[in-house]
Amino acid sequence: MSAAIPMLVAVPLVVAALLVLLPLGPRRSDAVLLTTLAASVGAGVWLVTATADGSAVGHAVGLWGPGIAIPFVADQLAALLLTVTGILSLACSAFAIASGHAHLRFFAPLVLVLTAGVNGALLTADLFNLFVFIEVMLLPSYGLLVMSFSGRAPLRRLTGSRLYVTMNLLVSTVFLAGVALTYGVAGTVNLAELAGAARESTTVAVAVALCLFALSMKAAIVPAHGWLTRTYPDASPAVTALFSGLHTKVAVYAIYRVYAVVFDGMQEYLWVGVLMFSITMAVGVMGAVGEGSTRSILAFHMVSQIGYILLGVALFGPLGLTAGIFYLLHHMIVKASLFLSTGAVEVRYGTGPLGSVTGVARAEPLLAVAFFVAAMSLAGIPPFSGFVAKLTLIWAALDAGEIAAVVVMLVVSIVTLMSMMKIWSGMFWARKGAARSGGLAPDHATGEFDETVARDATTILAVQPRRRVGLGLALPSVALAALTVVLGLGAEGLLALCEVAAGNLLDTTTYVQAVMNG
Amino acid sequence: MIVAIIVGLLAAGGVYLVLQREMLRIALGFALLSHAVNVLLVAAGGTGRRDQPLDGAVDPQTTADPLPQAFVLTAIVIAFAITVYMLALSVVGRRDDDTRDLSDAARSEVVASDDPLDVAEIARAYGAAAPEIHKEPTP
Repeated sequence: MSAAIPMLVAVPLVVAALLVLLPLGPRRSDAVLLTTLAASVGAGVWLVTATADGSAVGHAVGLWGPGIAIPFVADQLAALLLTVTGILSLACSAFAIASGHAHLRFFAPLVLVLTAGVNGALLTADLFNLFVFIEVMLLPSYGLLVMSFSGRAPLRRLTGSRLYVTMNLLVSTVFLAGVALTYGVAGTVNLAELAGAARESTTVAVAVALCLFALSMKAAIVPAHGWLTRTYPDASPAVTALFSGLHTKVAVYAIYRVYAVVFDGMQEYLWVGVLMFSITMAVGVMGAVGEGSTRSILAFHMVSQIGYILLGVALFGPLGLTAGIFYLLHHMIVKASLFLSTGAVEVRYGTGPLGSVTGVARAEPLLAVAFFVAAMSLAGIPPFSGFVAKLTLIWAALDAGEIAAVVVMLVVSIVTLMSMMKIWSGMFWARKGAARSGGLAPDHATGEFDETVARDATTILAVQPRRRVGLGLALPSVALAALTVVLGLGAEGLLALCEVAAGNLLDTTTYVQAVMNG
Repeated sequence: MIVAIIVGLLAAGGVYLVLQREMLRIALGFALLSHAVNVLLVAAGGTGRRDQPLDGAVDPQTTADPLPQAFVLTAIVIAFAITVYMLALSVVGRRDDDTRDLSDAARSEVVASDDPLDVAEIARAYGAAAPEIHKEPTP
């Protein structure tokens, strides 16, 4: 049974290779893509049920001895993330197919390699292997990012791409330096052999801290968040949603895992996390207030929300970790839903600053409902999953006596709600003079004709013919929004699973044994 | 000691180049930085023991540690792939130097054309007055 775990990496890679070699038509390669991703989700669900009792499934690749083989281990946390990342890849691919971004020759293989990298990074129990899988995840992303740019302004897009590559290469280089130092001082990079090593030796702690430092940059912690807010708004909606769900979240997962296993949840460094993550929350949300287009607002919110998610690890304890993991899963779903619902509007009606496309709610009630639900969930309004996530996290912070963090969380929630309302009223709500056929008209009259508007106007003028958003385009975001309602009303079930996952992080013996015994 | 100095030199040179404006220099800077990390990885396995780890009778006191070398090999391949990609990115744009603020990108798109007549034409196409062009002094 455990031998099936490496298949989560191998199958997408092999399928990707076959898709490159065999000239299937676009329709058939779409079908292959969706089938493989659905199989990945299925495997994730199977692993969730297999590890729901707190056990961990491990496999040593090639059946080499413990400490030599490449270990793949799935516990509850990894299984939950595998499932949710699979669901997101599926939704984003469906959106890309519906919006026509998937017609490019190499879209399906690249997404599959990306999936293989994400699955590998979630499953591996070896720091160097983590580096390799992060690279496997990044290389197709560079391709997807460049490919997703179509139409005008190639140079603008190229700049975003250059920034993205440069930043990620820097992060990988720093991470690799951390791995080298860890090997130098500890003689191993296997997480099981490193378990608790940082508690015993300060030099190991410093070496692994360099890895954590690199992962935090990758997770877009303030002050290293600028790359995310500059590159994500430039890609196509499907790619932005895909990256938002996968890239930063893999880094967040690795931070959870490494701190729990190698540092054994040491209390004396947690204040650094509480401080940095609170700053991240506040700076991210304030950045969003100043932004003028939907996707850059959403990108800044992502930074802010990553602060919330990581606060869970900074409140290292049963309640804090449970809340953090729940928040992570909830956030991935909700954020992708927001990017996809606003993306659907963008694909049909063109992009631009807020106010250039108005009255979408009347023309697209389904999308409007999806956006509204996801936005309320992001802000933490009951009965959606965001409310449960925030409530448990605030509870955990109160429990740990971090009153300042609680205040930051509450204030940031209100500001989040405010800027969600800004998108709502700017894009979805009807406005004066915008009630023409379909209720949509590029609204040039509102902005002064300065250079920024001149630039954005070119994109607005290139609006596609006024067709309604098709069901295929709306469905992914609606499905994800429905999921957040389900998770909000039935939070008990997922919270129980998150508690199991948190238990595995608190007591790492099961995980370590699974790594060592294969 | 010598290894430490080499790592330091490579890292210093890499950081200097990465902080330059041109994409080509940034790519070269990252090549140096990844070399620095590769040397660091080799050093992590110890540079004193140098016997081959393959022959039948292996003495752990004198044979080299093969694991970091495998790491370095993997890292070199990955760094190579990304360097090639970065070099491609550095020649794709019409003007090499665009590591500027994204908000300037629309303007730089216009500026990307070197022909002044062309610039005016594009500006007219935008329906705006010709934008002010700040050309960097070319050395």
